[in-house]
Amino acid sequence: MRKKLNVPFTPEEARTLHAGESVLLSGVIYTARDAAHKRLCELLAEGKDLPFDIKNATIYYVGPTPAREGRAIGSAGPTTSYRMDAYSPALIAAGETGMIGKGKRSPEVIEAMKNYGAVYFGAIGGAGALLSHCIKKAEIVAYEDLGAEALRRLEVENLPVTVVIDCNGNNLYEQGRKAYLESVSETHEI
Amino acid sequence: MREIEAARITDTVKRLCIQANVILPEDVKNCIIKRKSEENWAPAREILDRIEENFELAAAENVPICQDTGVACVFLEIGQEVHIAGGDITQAVNEGVRQGYAEGYLRKSVVRDPLDRVNTGDNTPAMIYYDIVPGDKIKITVAPKGFGSENMSQIKMLRPSDGIEGVKAFVLKAVEEAGPNPCPPIIVGVGIGGTFDKAALLAKKALLRETGTPSADPLYAKLEEELLEKINALGIGPQGFGGKTTALAVAVEHYPTHIAGLPVAVNINCHVARHKTEVI
Repeated sequence: MRKKLNVPFTPEEARTLHAGESVLLSGVIYTARDAAHKRLCELLAEGKDLPFDIKNATIYYVGPTPAREGRAIGSAGPTTSYRMDAYSPALIAAGETGMIGKGKRSPEVIEAMKNYGAVYFGAIGGAGALLSHCIKKAEIVAYEDLGAEALRRLEVENLPVTVVIDCNGNNLYEQGRKAYLESVSETHEI
Repeated sequence: MREIEAARITDTVKRLCIQANVILPEDVKNCIIKRKSEENWAPAREILDRIEENFELAAAENVPICQDTGVACVFLEIGQEVHIAGGDITQAVNEGVRQGYAEGYLRKSVVRDPLDRVNTGDNTPAMIYYDIVPGDKIKITVAPKGFGSENMSQIKMLRPSDGIEGVKAFVLKAVEEAGPNPCPPIIVGVGIGGTFDKAALLAKKALLRETGTPSADPLYAKLEEELLEKINALGIGPQGFGGKTTALAVAVEHYPTHIAGLPVAVNINCHVARHKTEVI
């Protein structure tokens, strides 16, 4: 059973999500990879406004392929999240409540998620064609010079993601693996 | 001497770049479907279903399978009786990549300098490898390589005394440390022997082998089988959410080496293991 959630969402809503839950996201999210994160954090450090409202925002770590005529976007799956680890704590402190990517996160990011109420979702890595169907509209908001890495505003409908790390620090990468390995050892005992 | 026009190399590379990024090779598809049938953990099977749905959709809609359409790794086996006419071969290959990535709506993911990081805008230069072989043909393979998995690759200069057990331990360590990051299920390419650079190239070439085809050398075929079993006992599973299917296949290539050394390189590929070959 997949839970439906509208984006943007508040820290209170983020705290209702649990590691391992399947969620369908609908609403507005923003895209940014390392290069855009670096620029956003430089703006924060200088006390300047960001090119979008970070409060309650969800950032999808993706650099899509160019859209063909008549399509909103090209292939659009997640990139590996650890490259954003140096920047995420500052963005979470500024109001970011959701991150979508794939792969491990640093203890510093998880600590910020717990403190401020933010959640880390995983989308299926390598399923960019499938995920692109949930993106109804895409427009560049800033950093056009970065090409695929530009900051985009996406309108998404029922984007399938899984809660990987929740606001309590529960981690599906640890829990899922443990549950599977326990199931295997039980089978062996029988 | 057979003459081949440089423009023909450009056309071939262009076509291969587009096809490789949109259509997953049959051997990789079949391997994913086979491993799915052997996966008993429901959440893992569901992810493998989505992965299968994705590669089918990509081919049907002419969209790249993955948004990371990679750096273009181009392998050329050039017959020594071939004369390339009408241009510079390296420029011809790069022109093919430039045209393929533009016309195929593929992502441009190459920066001109690893430190200043300005995108070249056309996905060139390609990583090009030339081998001179007997004959009068050119075999061209394009293998777009995504960096989620490339970043999880490792190399180590083992001691000869570390032996086969040392090799196994290092491969398992690399896969364990990679965990969910390289988009499992993965394909693990291992290069053993040669020099520092040779081992890395062997590992990359191992990824080009038809998925699931064992090494022709029984010792290495056995090593591949054992490594696959051990990797799939780690429990990482598809996307790292737990399960049996951490790796689809392990391919090991080897080469003679120095009396004092045992180089081992592990090149990891994601399940979108793209490669397409044409002989001209």
